[in-house]
Amino acid sequence: MITRFLLQNMDRRAGVFLAIVLGLALLVPLSNLLLPAGSFLHVPTSTMSLWGKYLCYALLAISLDLVWGYCGILSLGHGAFFALGGYAMGMYLMRQIGSRGVYGNPILPDFMVFLNWQELPWYWWGFSSFPFAMLMVLLVPGLLAFVFGWFAFRSRVTGVYLSIITQALTYALLLAFFRNDMGFGGNNGLTDFKDILGFNVQAQGTRAALFSMTCVMLAAGFLIARGIVVSKLGKVVIAIRDAESRTRFLGYRVDRFKLFVFTVSACMAGVAGALYVPQVGIINPSEFAPANSIETVIWVAVGGRGTLVGAALGAVVVNWAKTVFTSGFMAPYWLFALGGLFVVVTLFLPKGILGTAEALWARRRKPEVAPAAEPAPAE
Amino acid sequence: MNAPVPGALTSSLLYLDGVSVSFDGFKAIRGLSLTIAPGEMRAIIGPNGAGKTTMMDIITGKTKPDVGTVMFGGTVDLTKLDEAAIANLGIGRKFQKPTVFDFHTIEDNILLALKSKRTVGKTLFWKTEGPQQKRIDDILGIVKLADKRDRLAGSLSHGQKQWLEIGMLLAQDPKLLLVDEPAAGMTDGETAQTAVLLKEIAQDHSVIVVEHDMGFIRELGVKVTVLHEGSVLAEGPLDQVSANERVVEVYLGR
Ligand SMILES: Nc1ncnc2c1ncn2[C@@H]1O[C@H](COP(=O)(O)OP(=O)(O)OP(=O)(O)O)[C@@H](O)[C@H]1O
Ligand SMILES: [Mg+2]
Repeated sequence: MITRFLLQNMDRRAGVFLAIVLGLALLVPLSNLLLPAGSFLHVPTSTMSLWGKYLCYALLAISLDLVWGYCGILSLGHGAFFALGGYAMGMYLMRQIGSRGVYGNPILPDFMVFLNWQELPWYWWGFSSFPFAMLMVLLVPGLLAFVFGWFAFRSRVTGVYLSIITQALTYALLLAFFRNDMGFGGNNGLTDFKDILGFNVQAQGTRAALFSMTCVMLAAGFLIARGIVVSKLGKVVIAIRDAESRTRFLGYRVDRFKLFVFTVSACMAGVAGALYVPQVGIINPSEFAPANSIETVIWVAVGGRGTLVGAALGAVVVNWAKTVFTSGFMAPYWLFALGGLFVVVTLFLPKGILGTAEALWARRRKPEVAPAAEPAPAE
Repeated sequence: MNAPVPGALTSSLLYLDGVSVSFDGFKAIRGLSLTIAPGEMRAIIGPNGAGKTTMMDIITGKTKPDVGTVMFGGTVDLTKLDEAAIANLGIGRKFQKPTVFDFHTIEDNILLALKSKRTVGKTLFWKTEGPQQKRIDDILGIVKLADKRDRLAGSLSHGQKQWLEIGMLLAQDPKLLLVDEPAAGMTDGETAQTAVLLKEIAQDHSVIVVEHDMGFIRELGVKVTVLHEGSVLAEGPLDQVSANERVVEVYLGR
């Protein structure tokens, strides 16, 4: 049943995407590990980790597209779920440091020793176990999304109001995680990681494995999201996006459907955050910054909302552009460029890069058939 | 003037008594009483703003009445339920402004309406079985949209959307259908076809039809209720209410 669910109505777009992602999962680590450093096809470790980061963002973008593109829930707080997943992974990595910290305390992370704490707070219990930490990567963002969505969707908060409270949610978490007494390392966050599952996080082999894992999780996240949107539930969710009250009059409990996709999406964002942290080597409260969540919305809009593949593409393209931009003399203008890009895309490419490219492709192949004009979905 | 007779509650499918609702002090419905028998088709007419659509809003849970009784099947208090629960009881609705899912194909619109369990789990792992596909095909045939099944509903004309919405009602297979202005925006030919279709549907469903087109109402040939300023002005066969002085004054005469 699960396979049928994941593979139903496979189309070319999805097939190409999966082939690329799984191809990267295999070829990039092989090239990094086996080819000599001078070779033209060799991928340096730093590049591999950078692209690993982009692919984590791609998974985050897919999770946002699931709620925004298909269900019309414009979450301006998805960065919160990403960061929570990241913190759960970070807590595991902190516990792996053991007595190798600056203060050499076998139990307490350095920042707790520094704060004169005597024992591990209860909410850190269990994080030395990898399976437990992975469970928390899913559970913490999922539970927060569930509780938040339960209240918001049942009270029928929609549109701009919902966007504002999601933004408030991530802002509140930003403030909370900044506090030292919360027990998450305050301002500095969690860093100086040593091992993951017994392997040195800095080692080339570990980085290659993390990259592969990111590709695999991106593919899995994509398959799940795609399975959902092409199912009948996906059709209900699109119906909710376009005519919420009509859907209710057909007998669908709109709040439950929204709650389902919102929770799944938050878990997915959490996984993206968990893969991100060992690759960048740090998680701190700035990941909760409202601007991060807004940037994610821009990636999805740029790539093509409501296409999943487009969201992933947008995340990679925009972040690649960001890296290029911010490493040159243009660095101070990046935010203007990003804002400009958003405006240009919204005005001239309402279907994003992917939608526009596919329309052009279709026209080139069949010049006699005009592409079906599809009005842009409401909000 | 239309005080319900004793026993009307238990013998009726839909029972409204003394229902009032106001919006910002404006009484859109005042003391409305109405009963629909099982299997009955009823036509509702009345001037713009009489409260016809608001009455449907009350029955389907979109609007909560300030006072009054709204019972379904003699036992279920509709004022206590929300839209989805009421829909699942078996009350379907076609809106005055046709509302279909523009980004779904015509076939998917029917599929979404098709009578089935509406839970998250059931829809996530849904597979359309043979009999269900046959039902969808039949409905597409009845509303004459079979050849357009793969087109997006948003591309349909106003009249075709009306038919698609009637098709969705059929797919829901409700006990009671509330049909708000089904002939609006249709040509005379389409209007006549719609009347035929509704009469067919009425053979095994209870139906309330709101319409301004008197030719259409005459075609249906059923009991008529005239609403005016939120309450019932007259009730009876069309010829009888058309002869009513007050009805002519407020509605037909204009
Ligand atoms: N949600 C609302 N808020 C405020 N006023 C409303 C609301 N719904 C209806 N009304 C008012 O109640 C009155 C009855 O409206 P309703 O739509 O029920 O009339 P109607 O009989 O269906 O008219 P029409 O033939 O034009 O469709 C109107 O004056 C309308 O403006
Ligand atoms: Mg009306």
